[in-house]
Amino acid sequence: MSPLVAGLAQVGILLVALAAAYRPLGDYMARVFGSEKHSKLELAIYRLGRVNPDAEQKWSTYAYGVLGFSFVSVVLLYVLQRIQSVLPFDFGRGNVPPGMAFNTAVSFVTNTNWQSYVPETVMGHTVQMVGLTVQNFVSAAVGLAVAVALVRGFVRSQTDRLGNFWVDLVRGTIRILLPLAFLFAIALIALGVTMSLKSGVDVDGQTVANAPIASQEAIKELGTNGGGVLNANSAHPFENPDEWSNLIEIFLLLVIPVALTRTFGQLVGNRKQGYVLLSVMGLIWGAMLAVIWAAEANGLRPLEGKELRFGIPASALFANSTTGTSTGAINSLHDSFTGLGGGGTMLNMLFGEMTPGGVGTGLYSILVMAIIAMFLAGLMVGRTPEYLGKKLGRKEVTAAAVSILAMPTVLLIGAGIAAILPSTQAALNNPGSHGLSEILYAYASASNNNGSAFAGITVTNDWFQASLGICMAFGRFIPIIAVLALAGSLAAQKKVPVTAGTLPTTGPLFATLLGGSIVLVAALTFVPALALGPIAEALL
Amino acid sequence: MDNFAKQSWAGLRILLALTVICGVLYPMAVWGVSRLPGLHGNAEATDTTLVAVVREGDRYFQPRPSAATLPASGGSNKGELNEDYDKVVAERRTAVAQREGVSEDQVPQDAVTASASGVDPHISPEYAAIQVPRVARASGLSVEKVRELVAANTGGTFTRTVNVTALNRAIDAG
Repeated sequence: MSPLVAGLAQVGILLVALAAAYRPLGDYMARVFGSEKHSKLELAIYRLGRVNPDAEQKWSTYAYGVLGFSFVSVVLLYVLQRIQSVLPFDFGRGNVPPGMAFNTAVSFVTNTNWQSYVPETVMGHTVQMVGLTVQNFVSAAVGLAVAVALVRGFVRSQTDRLGNFWVDLVRGTIRILLPLAFLFAIALIALGVTMSLKSGVDVDGQTVANAPIASQEAIKELGTNGGGVLNANSAHPFENPDEWSNLIEIFLLLVIPVALTRTFGQLVGNRKQGYVLLSVMGLIWGAMLAVIWAAEANGLRPLEGKELRFGIPASALFANSTTGTSTGAINSLHDSFTGLGGGGTMLNMLFGEMTPGGVGTGLYSILVMAIIAMFLAGLMVGRTPEYLGKKLGRKEVTAAAVSILAMPTVLLIGAGIAAILPSTQAALNNPGSHGLSEILYAYASASNNNGSAFAGITVTNDWFQASLGICMAFGRFIPIIAVLALAGSLAAQKKVPVTAGTLPTTGPLFATLLGGSIVLVAALTFVPALALGPIAEALL
Repeated sequence: MDNFAKQSWAGLRILLALTVICGVLYPMAVWGVSRLPGLHGNAEATDTTLVAVVREGDRYFQPRPSAATLPASGGSNKGELNEDYDKVVAERRTAVAQREGVSEDQVPQDAVTASASGVDPHISPEYAAIQVPRVARASGLSVEKVRELVAANTGGTFTRTVNVTALNRAIDAG
């Protein structure tokens, strides 16, 4: 099979699988968040938390729930790492140093899964399972909850209630993520992914690290988390043994963000509203895949940093999907990509992670961008914009703007300071414009909660640990607070009737506006920085 | 602030409950299923051919270059415009050409570039082909026999690759 045919075949299989899962999963998720019934297990959890699952919350209480839950999550994960030496299965790896433990705790709680540590020598099995795996589930469920709360803001009218955060969090975890993760963990073991409580295995006289990988592998992709159990992440044969496991992992990291557009359509009572979002996500994803694949196929050293069993097409497919979804797992080293290919993976993040974005975060990010697009359209015709029957006034547009601008602000400030610090020179793995790309990629990855890296850069000094940790936190929680405030003010409004002057948001005109806004906002914000990094490299 | 403290307290209790479910019961359930016959070998990587390490001696096929320091995995992370790394690649090409007695332009890409994991078990059929005469000489097997073993250990659905670890064990078995 020629590489072109092989690549197209794999893309085709992936798309067929996603299409097959789209309706059942999307409809199921809509039922999960719409249902009034609680299961026994869920009721037991609510009793333990002493929360009333039938009491709905205002947007501010919902936001305090997200912030409070994330705060205690960071504390618990930090403590677990700091006392690792007394936990079982630590294999003498000792306590994780404070800066690294802080960075890792923020990283996994914010669904970023940026890794400044080498798992094989730093993280024992207990922290991996009891700490990191748990955050893989719940940080994804937090994203789902916030997305659902925003959708309720559009659907409801004249109320100050957005639902109950604890119910949305627990249901997302137990009814959606847990069963799927369990099923696919077993499937991955059948294909060769390991699941061992030992620290390593002898291979022809040398020790190769082993771990309870399968359970974490499944949720790491499904929850668009991306933190590898091993240093090489999904490039390691124990995490991703063959071409089929590779396709399954790409499927897992795309399936929830894609199916959520169906859930959205169901919840707002018009499936076409979901299809139009999916078409914009899909077009940009497809265009970026073509760019990255073509760039890698024409590279000077195309196999450097790639696994032979995946070759160029399946490496490009994974790279495009992991950066388009805020996952950040890798099956090849983006640092060794061509200027254009590596720049493409970076651009996917700079779009703000909405093509199709992370679990929940992708949906709420593209809805915020839709508000910006409608606002721009409203300016052009001189009419107060509306979206899904809600007027977009000063409050709504301000909240949307804050949500969109948080990421570029922390990214450019962080990368700017890093670029002028003398200590940064020593941290880079490549000279010239590629060195700047390594810095830019790190801050883009942290601020967008992606977590992949141009991994040659050494990010273990205090500046990187602290500044990237802060970027991850701001990049996650400023948009979440803005989105929930937006949801609150939308829910309080009356629905406005559709008139002849209403711009329909299900057709190609709206899709063009939305796609154009995504590209334009990223281009206006980042062209100067990109010109000095990946664009310079691609032209050299 | 009252509200934040109250929500954090509820959050801590719910987090602990979810930690038991997702952090203890879930991985233990997956581990339990992985003890079943048919899955157990995969789970423990018993006699695994999924990863390759260098085996010394002319009687063995050589895997791709590795930038990893075992037991940790990883790659070089070198960009394609890195001139220092160009020299490393050129040296590898010369060394492989000398070792196999072929010209430098017969040395394929995978023989001179480091994989992402550092334990990539595969090489291209082209890289296997130029190693056959040396392996045959050193192992005492006939060239035909070695070629047969290469063919028997070539696989892949979309990309044809040769598994070095399995191949070298087959060489040992004669």
